[in-house]
Amino acid sequence: MKSTVAAIALAFSVFVGLPTTSFAGSEDIVVEDAWARASIGINRPGAAYMTLRNTGTDPVTLVELETPLAMMPDIHETKTDANGVSSMGPVGEITIPAGESVALEPGGMHAMLMRLQTKMVEGETFPLRLNFADGGTLTVDVPILGIAARGPEG
Amino acid sequence: MSRRNLFTYGAAVTVALALALFIGWWRVDGPGAPEPVAQRPLPLTQMEFQMTDQGGETVGPASLLGNPSMVFFGFTYCPDVCPTTLSDISGWLDDLGEAVAEMNVVFITVDPERDTVDAMAEYVSYFHPAIQGWSGTLEETARAAEGFRASYEKVATDGDYTMNHTASVFLFDAEGQFASIIDYHEPREFAAPKIRRVLARAEEETS
Ligand SMILES: [Cu+2]
Repeated sequence: MKSTVAAIALAFSVFVGLPTTSFAGSEDIVVEDAWARASIGINRPGAAYMTLRNTGTDPVTLVELETPLAMMPDIHETKTDANGVSSMGPVGEITIPAGESVALEPGGMHAMLMRLQTKMVEGETFPLRLNFADGGTLTVDVPILGIAARGPEG
Repeated sequence: MSRRNLFTYGAAVTVALALALFIGWWRVDGPGAPEPVAQRPLPLTQMEFQMTDQGGETVGPASLLGNPSMVFFGFTYCPDVCPTTLSDISGWLDDLGEAVAEMNVVFITVDPERDTVDAMAEYVSYFHPAIQGWSGTLEETARAAEGFRASYEKVATDGDYTMNHTASVFLFDAEGQFASIIDYHEPREFAAPKIRRVLARAEEETS
């Protein structure tokens, strides 16, 4: 009996994007098209991308990222000014309005993965936990694509 | 002129003057001011800098003459803009097929302290084989950026640093004249026609 429960729990834990706890608001978040690029070693920061879709009727705010892959994950945004100079920096929180989507995509926002603990290997995945303002969390299994990947399809 | 007329005249002049000043402000400093426009790069023939390519060869702007060129700045510790630019360029090069055999495609690092020749060689090996990676001393990097009218800046992050840098792709013809620019924020489907135009021009000149 115990092992059956454990097996079920395990089966559930591998579901991508299943909220671990039930919270009004953040439980309505669906994560789509998550992907990241492979890294060269562990000295360079990595980046992950995804679309956060809010299927609920209340705005939901993403406040923090956590992953065993990187000591300092953070939500970053790349900006390019009128002179064509690009810079990137932390954006703090992201609010996903009710019924809308927010995309983390190249040249816009990304999950910045600073201080990698392990190399990001093409073909593997890593868990990325999203912590929301209402206390809810969502763990996404992010597939690692090639270094030259352009989008979730490679 | 009666006193009353003189007064009206004076008031009209004051209003006209104020209006002129306002228009002047609007167009120069106010909301009507033109967007700052990045300066165009110098012709390659007027640039002077020396770097090392991914194969250990000494290279410079003169190495690019004779074929059209595509040059851009970045650094390999850049997680977002640089791999995206390199992937985009790899995609355009794939689309252009055989035509790109006669094109120089150069990625110049703005972070030579971390991007050694070996680091650049490994990095570019993951992208289209036509893409070269050039690395120079800090001084030569500054000279290169100046020639391209590109800018870069080291920015400290928690115990580390990142680089702000010009993310545009510069296109030059076979004589080294600046031909066109592909901005990072412009729709990417405009890029291939720009490259094709530079390649077509090079073909006309040689035939
Ligand atoms: Cu970042």
